[in-house]
Amino acid sequence: MSKQSLEPAVTVELAAEYGLSADEYQRMLEITGRTPSFTELGIFSVMWSEHCSYKSSKVWLKQLPTTAPHVICGPGENAGVIDIGDGQAAIFKMESHNHPSFIEPYQGAATGVGGILRDVFTMGARPIANMNALRFGSPEHPKTRHLISGVVAGIGGYGNCVGVPTVGGETNFHPSFNGNILVNAMTVGLADADKIFYSAAAGIGNPVVYVGSKTGRDGIHGATMASTEFTEDSEEKRPTVQVGDPFTEKLLIEACLELMATDAIVAIQDMGAAGLTSSSVEMAGKGELGIELTLDDVPQRETGMSPYEIMLSESQERMLIVLKPGREELAKAIFDKWELDFAVIGRVTDTGRLVLKMHGYTYCDLEVAPLVDRAPLYERPWEPTPPQADIDAASVPLPGPATEILHRLIGCPDLASRRWIWEQYDSQVGADTIALSGGDSGVVRVHGTNKALAITTDCTPRYCFADPVRGGAQAVAEAWRNLTAVGAKPLAITDNMNFGNPQKPRIMGQFAGCIQGMVDACTVLEFPVVSGNVSLYNETNGVGILPTPAIGGVGLLSDASLAVNIAFKAAGQAILLIGETKGHIGQSLYLREIHGREEGAPPPVDLAAEKRNGDFVRDLIGKRAVTACHDLSDGGLLVALAEMAMAGKLGAVIDVPAGTDEAGFLFGEDQGRYVVTTSDADAVVAGAKAAGVPVLRLGTTGGDALKLNGGDAISVGGLRTAHEAWLPEYMAGSLE
Amino acid sequence: MKAKVHVTLKRGVLDPQGKAIGHALQSLGFDGVDDVRQGKFIELDLAETDRAAAQKAVESMCQKLLANTVIEDYRIELAD
Repeated sequence: MSKQSLEPAVTVELAAEYGLSADEYQRMLEITGRTPSFTELGIFSVMWSEHCSYKSSKVWLKQLPTTAPHVICGPGENAGVIDIGDGQAAIFKMESHNHPSFIEPYQGAATGVGGILRDVFTMGARPIANMNALRFGSPEHPKTRHLISGVVAGIGGYGNCVGVPTVGGETNFHPSFNGNILVNAMTVGLADADKIFYSAAAGIGNPVVYVGSKTGRDGIHGATMASTEFTEDSEEKRPTVQVGDPFTEKLLIEACLELMATDAIVAIQDMGAAGLTSSSVEMAGKGELGIELTLDDVPQRETGMSPYEIMLSESQERMLIVLKPGREELAKAIFDKWELDFAVIGRVTDTGRLVLKMHGYTYCDLEVAPLVDRAPLYERPWEPTPPQADIDAASVPLPGPATEILHRLIGCPDLASRRWIWEQYDSQVGADTIALSGGDSGVVRVHGTNKALAITTDCTPRYCFADPVRGGAQAVAEAWRNLTAVGAKPLAITDNMNFGNPQKPRIMGQFAGCIQGMVDACTVLEFPVVSGNVSLYNETNGVGILPTPAIGGVGLLSDASLAVNIAFKAAGQAILLIGETKGHIGQSLYLREIHGREEGAPPPVDLAAEKRNGDFVRDLIGKRAVTACHDLSDGGLLVALAEMAMAGKLGAVIDVPAGTDEAGFLFGEDQGRYVVTTSDADAVVAGAKAAGVPVLRLGTTGGDALKLNGGDAISVGGLRTAHEAWLPEYMAGSLE
Repeated sequence: MKAKVHVTLKRGVLDPQGKAIGHALQSLGFDGVDDVRQGKFIELDLAETDRAAAQKAVESMCQKLLANTVIEDYRIELAD
């Protein structure tokens, strides 16, 4: 019996079914010099998928700044690593699980959390915080409620079980996500800076070890699925959905960290998308060596699995490790103790080839380097997004009293409280959470120290759609501002680029534009990209999502006690607005929710002013000169003031300066601004003048209502009711 | 008419609960259990007396609520 008789014959037609174009098929033949086996085709097809090869995005991603003195490891490994002083490092990354979450929201989101956790603890870090960035379709769409409920339960179900707090995130709604929701999960971990683990295989003859759960037929070709558009019938053609097992993940975390405390590990890599294929190819490729595996030895959950299925399975909670010779017994004892599978499945070789054997036959014998180095790389044609006109705030005056408009805005889907979501997450496990959802950033103490990490996720897709360059810069700037607003020094970001079909020049133009804006912002704000993920083909029936470069930012508070939050603290404190207000109304939520117009140019981002204002605010917080701080974003000034009042259960009296346009002043979304409260306004104003930072006295805290110009008022309780009502009522189905 | 609905995970879908049961059996000394798959059992008391109509109604309940057909299969037994 020859191996050919066991596997389908490979043809250009079969390759096309597995996502390889005719050109890519030819390229594969040039590399192999013969018709590849079916298993080999599977390996090419996933390694050269958009998801694994970044073939459409790589040329652009290369432009992002990735270095800084505090960057220990930038993009290319499982996650990014930054120095946070005292010999410690923070390791983090954000990753999408969009397609699986649309098909099976609970398990899709849960395994998304599991996957990003593994990316972080693979590198030697104990995960200390999770975040997420979610985009759903219009609340009126029939699937939206079901998707929110499943995704949120899945994130909570997995995250809560593994004992890692979920400390924040963001959620948006827009009809462009009706057929393609975005579920981006982020994990931050903590490690010793001199104990970081990488994935490059080394040491010829070293054992290659499989640990974790058994392999089943889960999610075969998930990576390829993530690289194609949805059509009406793709809901029927789905592969076996991956089911997560958070308790096994918890055991895997503890077992891996225990093994990492010994000196047994040469290299380690989690099995994520494309499972054993991508992990073994990446380990061999990075080490410029070969790997030979005996697939009979892979722990299997099902009988009769083919080599193709074993290599392509996306079963969860698995790791591949290269051990030092002679350490197998030590490692096995640890995994036995944690009741996890452990199997030596192969060796590192000097051939530079991936050799796979099963039942005594060779199913794959491929040179590793070309799988990675000669993966297709496309400079896809792109066209710039045409600019939209600026909109004059005076042309869209307030249709009623400002507080009535505030009342409507604060309860609209994009601004309503997310309490219903984050109350399902364990945000406190570990007892190091200082600030959780509802503020500008999550803040988590570095266990056993006085330091804390601030973490945020951010992006404003409607800005990115209207002007990708401005939107890309804004996403980075807002993440930077969120971290600054709690008092942290922003250190680095991870990016999760969610876009439509890159083969359309218009979509590729959105990608290129967002990258350009991000490059500008990362450079000026000294905020490098250390890890990231790209999710393309987020389209259904040819309709793409709003471009969404979700940014996950991490910052450091050298003294956790300095952290401030958004809540008004006491009556009689001065409220100051830092940063310039021009009244930019284009793409504002005011324009969309009140005037029904989703249009205009988004706010420009003056990066030099952004940096100047932010550095000034951070300095104030560091000197304990302010009692509360909130950065301004969606909804503008009055929404920010309302959020501060609701958080502090305390009102304020606000004066709108005479001669300003009320709509622009109260609801414009100009960038680079913060509201602070202080008991020494004169000192803050003097400091701002000296630093060249615009500052404006807005009013004073006090009372139980938000009062404008002495007349127009709304009670803080009334605001709170409107703010808290929408999401629970929507989820209960009582809004119909 | 009574309907009994058995909902089980599709073949090949990981069953963490089944795995936990198997593990517990093993630690209690029940050897020789190679694999455990668990599911749920739902009993419905129906006003419907026509078999075909009942079958159709329960099918629809399974599709819409009782089973998550992305990862679960269901089996219906009708009894008078």
